[in-house]
Amino acid sequence: MTRPDYRLIPPPRTPPLKGEGGTATSTPPSPLRGGVRGGGELDRLARWLAACVIILLTLATPAYAVNAEAILAEKPPKLLSEFGFFADGPKQKPADGVMPYDLNTALFSDRAEKFRFVFVPAGQSSTYVADEAFEFPAGSALIKTFAFPADLSKSDENIRLIETRVMLRRESGWFAVAYVWNADQTDAELKIAGAKVAVETILDGHPLTINYAVPNRNQCKGCHDFNGEITPLGPKARNLNKTYAYADGEANQLARWTSAGILSGAPGPAAAPKVPDWHDAAAPIEARARAWLDVNCAHCHRREGPASNSGLFLNFTEQNPVALGVGKRPVAAGRGAGDRAFDIDPGNPDNSILLYRVESTEPGVMMPELGRTLADPAAVDLLRAWIARMR
Amino acid sequence: MYIAQPALALAALLALIPAANAADILVEAGEGAPERLIEALISVEKGDTVKIGPGRFELTEGLSLDVDDVKVQGAGAGQTVLSFAGQTGSGEGLLVTSDRVVLEDFAVENTKGDGVKSKGSDTITFRNLSVVWTGGPKETNGAYGVYPVSSKNVLIDGVFVSGASDAGIYVGQSENIIVRNSRAEYNVAGIEIENSKIADVTKNTVTHNTGGILVFDLPNLPVQGGRDIRVFDNDVIENDTANFAPKGNIVGIVPKGMGIMVMANRNVHVFGNRLDKNGTTHVLIAAYPNEYEDDNYTFVPRGVFVHGNTYGEGGGAPDGEVGKIISDVSGTPVPDIVWDGVTRIPEYFSWVADEDKVYIDEADGTTFANLKMISQMLLPWSTAPDTDIAGYKGSLPELPPVKLPQDGGA
Repeated sequence: MTRPDYRLIPPPRTPPLKGEGGTATSTPPSPLRGGVRGGGELDRLARWLAACVIILLTLATPAYAVNAEAILAEKPPKLLSEFGFFADGPKQKPADGVMPYDLNTALFSDRAEKFRFVFVPAGQSSTYVADEAFEFPAGSALIKTFAFPADLSKSDENIRLIETRVMLRRESGWFAVAYVWNADQTDAELKIAGAKVAVETILDGHPLTINYAVPNRNQCKGCHDFNGEITPLGPKARNLNKTYAYADGEANQLARWTSAGILSGAPGPAAAPKVPDWHDAAAPIEARARAWLDVNCAHCHRREGPASNSGLFLNFTEQNPVALGVGKRPVAAGRGAGDRAFDIDPGNPDNSILLYRVESTEPGVMMPELGRTLADPAAVDLLRAWIARMR
Repeated sequence: MYIAQPALALAALLALIPAANAADILVEAGEGAPERLIEALISVEKGDTVKIGPGRFELTEGLSLDVDDVKVQGAGAGQTVLSFAGQTGSGEGLLVTSDRVVLEDFAVENTKGDGVKSKGSDTITFRNLSVVWTGGPKETNGAYGVYPVSSKNVLIDGVFVSGASDAGIYVGQSENIIVRNSRAEYNVAGIEIENSKIADVTKNTVTHNTGGILVFDLPNLPVQGGRDIRVFDNDVIENDTANFAPKGNIVGIVPKGMGIMVMANRNVHVFGNRLDKNGTTHVLIAAYPNEYEDDNYTFVPRGVFVHGNTYGEGGGAPDGEVGKIISDVSGTPVPDIVWDGVTRIPEYFSWVADEDKVYIDEADGTTFANLKMISQMLLPWSTAPDTDIAGYKGSLPELPPVKLPQDGGA
């Protein structure tokens, strides 16, 4: 099979134009119809048309796993299930046309497990961009569920779903909002003001309570902001360029997105940029550290991001050492500077503000400002080693 | 198609009268108030006003507003108090990222990071706000109180800020700015205009800070070239709080008892201010003292005009490293106006363009010293400073008043 079966569905029905009033079957009685009751060509034509519409709807409706109108509507639905992204939401089994994906290096979110999915309307595709997020057509959606296992060492057992964040590509641009899963784990509810969820789990054999923060709608944009516009972060070539274990076998994600028709213009995986998995001890430490900073910091700390005023730019493509923090003095760090002189003091991690803020869990000091309440000791170790070997 | 044009005309008409759809969203104190306030600031629509009732609002999350043409109005800075003592996230109390926004008549207390911030906002007004860290000056207080950055058409009017561990009122990387009728006390810097251009700082009272009013330009920032700034008709009095900035921050260099400090900026006019009881010096004009790597940066001030200010007692207690460097050369009491005298080496041997010079025109009896220091080493170039104030007489062309769209200007 050259194409996965999720493309074998009819294109979405064009929504009725405003003023058309829906289908023929629901049209109220009219003088015209009344006048031809009892026979005649017009009546037969009307019946025939109505039958055609009903048949078309009957054929089309069951295949509409994803509710295209819910993605494009001005107001998001109250329940996540209304989007139809999942064949089985509680089990995170995607509906037809919704593809799971993964990233080489992921944002640290208090150790949450994440399930990511992409939906592009049938017959359309996203456009490849070498160094930024791909451009998606209206009607696309990115879906990301955050979940915790009962024991963090057993990541696929007893998983509790916490929230599902959706980014909806509307005609006017992206719209981002979060849905919080109910206690019964049957569905998730829209929370534009965000939420706090107490998560109980086990870390290294010890009970751990996380005061998990579901972002409010503005906080979504607090990170997903590119020159003031809401923009996806994950679906960049360098993050997606990896092998994924699909139901029908392993494949490179860029290649699979291309063969599935949801991505156009991508070069072969070997020619596309790629960041390492920052956990991969076999990869060069520089690339691992830069990959980690790119995903955990550069959504704000880049020239086009919310922290553009800081002058500290940590995106993977940044070349200027001072902009990367080397020998750069703090500007608006306040107590976040931690009495240290430079963002990165080469060879001297303990005089580097960057490390201080990544290690901290104190509001007003810790970086990133949103999205975590815990530190990630392994990442701290990596950054420490990276700075220590700088000259 | 014939229907389209009237529809467009109607839409255009509606766009011209947003007030027709404007609504007030009321948020009263009490049960669930924090969530209601967060939600109101998210779901508010263009033209609406979010009215926050009197009382205390205990917030655990930062607030944010990303909708244009919105007013957020409390019942008065003494009535509506947004307390962030229990804040567990976000870098500031309230963040505005939209245009044509007015924030007025409420208080913000004890934020973990900055108080009220705007980023990338065009036409933003901070009016009659109070931003306070109630525990007094502490290194653990947030950095900035009122904090517009990367913004333009900024009006700060009648605000009160106390306790900021960097600057009470800080305007960074912005343009077209008025800071007036405001009071800043017990901050490290009272008011700071940094990497910004076209600013009027006027009719403010700045007292009991470490330094009163700072006009700085720093390297390695996306926006540099601060210029065209007027600091006039302010009371800069008794700035006597020990510097409590966390180390590493540039304001950490400011000595206790600094009145007005101009560093590495262009075309700055300081006039008609009343300076008194500032223990290090009333006015300091200085180069950026640190090493840096930035080809686009000018580290010396260019074109500074100080005139018509009144000077009370001061300079009797020069503080800290900078105070020592100055007083080692100038003696104590330090003169009313001090220029470090740092010029770029080629200029030292040739000449400085008229528009780049430092001009002083003050009443008889005002004291002055050019310390004649070398480059950024802050070492004396010659053994004696130049204290002949008459030699610096002259003027720069007057700057026009700053006009803002939200303030009756263009």
